[in-house]
Amino acid sequence: MNPANYLYVSAMLFTIGAIGVVVRRNAIVVFMCIELMLNAANLAFVTFARINGNLDGQVMAFFTMVVAACEVVVGLAIIVTIYRSRRSASVDDASLLRR
Amino acid sequence: MTSNALVYLIALPLFGAAVLMLAGRRADRRGHILATVLSGGSFLLGLYEFSQMLSRSSENRAVTQKLFSWISVGSFKVDAGLMLDQLSISFVLLITGVGTLIHIYSIAYMSHDLDRRRFFAYLNLFVAAMLLLVLGDSYLNLYVGWEGVGLASYLLIGFWNQKPTYATAAKKAFVANRVGDLGLSLAIMVAFATLGTVSFSGVKENAGQASTAALTAIGILLLVAATGKSAQLPLQAWLGDAMAGPTPVSALIHAATMVTAGVYLITRSNFIFDAAPIAQLAVAIIGAITLLFGAIIGAAKDDIKKALAASTTSQIGYMVLGAGLGPAGYAFAIMHLLAHGFFKAGLFLGAGSVMHGMNNEVNMRRYGGLRKFMPITFATFGAGYLSILGVPPFAGFYSKDRIIEAAFNAGGVRGVLLGSAALLGAAITAFYMTRVVVMTFAGKARWEEEVHPHESPALMWLPMVLIAFGSTFSGFLFTRGDALRNWLAPVVEPVAAREQELLSPALVSILALLLVVVGAGLAVMKYLRQDVPVVAPEDVSIFTRVARRDLLQDDFNEAVFMRPGQHLTYALVDIDEVIIDGAVRGVGRMATGSAGALRTTQTGFVRSYAMWILLGAIGLIAAIWMVTL
Repeated sequence: MNPANYLYVSAMLFTIGAIGVVVRRNAIVVFMCIELMLNAANLAFVTFARINGNLDGQVMAFFTMVVAACEVVVGLAIIVTIYRSRRSASVDDASLLRR
Repeated sequence: MTSNALVYLIALPLFGAAVLMLAGRRADRRGHILATVLSGGSFLLGLYEFSQMLSRSSENRAVTQKLFSWISVGSFKVDAGLMLDQLSISFVLLITGVGTLIHIYSIAYMSHDLDRRRFFAYLNLFVAAMLLLVLGDSYLNLYVGWEGVGLASYLLIGFWNQKPTYATAAKKAFVANRVGDLGLSLAIMVAFATLGTVSFSGVKENAGQASTAALTAIGILLLVAATGKSAQLPLQAWLGDAMAGPTPVSALIHAATMVTAGVYLITRSNFIFDAAPIAQLAVAIIGAITLLFGAIIGAAKDDIKKALAASTTSQIGYMVLGAGLGPAGYAFAIMHLLAHGFFKAGLFLGAGSVMHGMNNEVNMRRYGGLRKFMPITFATFGAGYLSILGVPPFAGFYSKDRIIEAAFNAGGVRGVLLGSAALLGAAITAFYMTRVVVMTFAGKARWEEEVHPHESPALMWLPMVLIAFGSTFSGFLFTRGDALRNWLAPVVEPVAAREQELLSPALVSILALLLVVVGAGLAVMKYLRQDVPVVAPEDVSIFTRVARRDLLQDDFNEAVFMRPGQHLTYALVDIDEVIIDGAVRGVGRMATGSAGALRTTQTGFVRSYAMWILLGAIGLIAAIWMVTL
């Protein structure tokens, strides 16, 4: 199969993720969309590694997975804390930095 | 010739001023005696120097003393040095002699004043500054004394500064003098730039090589300086207000110190004016105008001190006119100055004595008939009066008539105009001085019930009597064998007598006396034959009204200098507020404004930030893509 198709899939996934981050209010959903974008990036890395015939992209994908795992830990902790204090998981409610 | 004693002439009164000011209240009881003794000591030292000078030949009479090297920068060297020559000693004796008599007079006059010690400190400072002025051997040394005199006059005119109007008068005198001082400092700078030196001897030597334009510039600037100190047009307005000071101060300023400085400066700079005919003519014209100006004001004043002050302006006008006539007039200008020193001191001390006996009343309409109550004051005042009128054999007769004669003989239309002005001035002088004497000493008593006129104590009338002797006999002594003229000859180099004279001395004297009789007669008709109203009549001619307002001198200064200056200040304040402050505030307002506009982009919504990040990333990638493509 033409490796370019993987790139199309990656771009689609990234776009869906990006739109989800911008459009959705629920922090959990936004968080999942971010994960989707990260995975889209991972797919693109692996595809390029395949196209170029070296391992750099695949190594980078592993790094991304580690970072994503850490991010999930921190991010979910923040979301839970915000929910506890504000009784809401909506990202629009957490706008205190404005003032 | 050098001498080590000259510095003590100045040091004695200066020491007195320092002691009296530093010792404070401790010197209250004996301070005035110390000041008087030191001033008198300076006079005795002056007499000693004078006798030493007399014993030498006329070329060797000048004495110098180098005090220390003052300024030494490159080619510019000024020593703090003193020089006592025939011109200086004339002033030294006048300043210390009349000054000491005024000191003695002040002991009694100021005896009820709590601040008498401070008064004497300033008097001594005044005498010391004036002595430095006439003893300095360069324009720069003269300048120090010049400024010292300005300071001392400020302190003394504003001596009763608890009255705001008096403090204002002192400020007015100081500011008017500053304008003149600027002329002197500029003259010194021009002299240094063109002649390379500021010492009198150096300038005299180098004056021949300088261009006439440079000398004219120096001359005009020196004239500006002289108009400030000597209260000549256009800087004369301060002298009338200077009457705010205690009366002995007026006597000191008008007779011995201060106003004579301008005449001294012009006479001392004779080598400049003789080489710059335009500047010399300007001096003569200023003098002629001022002598009429002052005389007219004097004729309209009811305040005895202000009438005498206007008279000083007028008499100094005669001296400046004399000095402006060149070598023909210098000696007579100085002669009139010395004579004036006596008779004006006598008149002012007499006025002070009258005020002393009249509860400090200065309005002559409230006097009248004081002859019986104050016989000594009347006699001494009378001697001054006859002298200022130029009645022979009183001092003024010799000096004033010589100036009028020299003015007539200046040649051409100029001589006729200057001479006529001086003659007319003599007539007006006779009018206003007769008016003063008649209103004060003759006629009916017009004072109020509670006033009890009485003669002043001996400490006051004794100096007046001594000064009256001066106003009576000095002129005769000065002219005996042309004594003063020959004495001053090495300094001012008189020319040989003119071949053709427009008017002979005898004719001038007869003319002047006739006019004096006419002027005095008019005054007698108006103020002795008719009753003098206690309140000045309001229904007078516009001319009288203008003269009462000092010929609009203050209105002129206010309209021409003060108001435009004020408006300039207002305009500058507006510029400061609108443009400079506007720029500063504009920067601040721009920062807050732009910050406010940018703040609206900070919504606080995470999603919108994510959107902006996304759009930014897309934009960045698009840009890179465009470039690489």
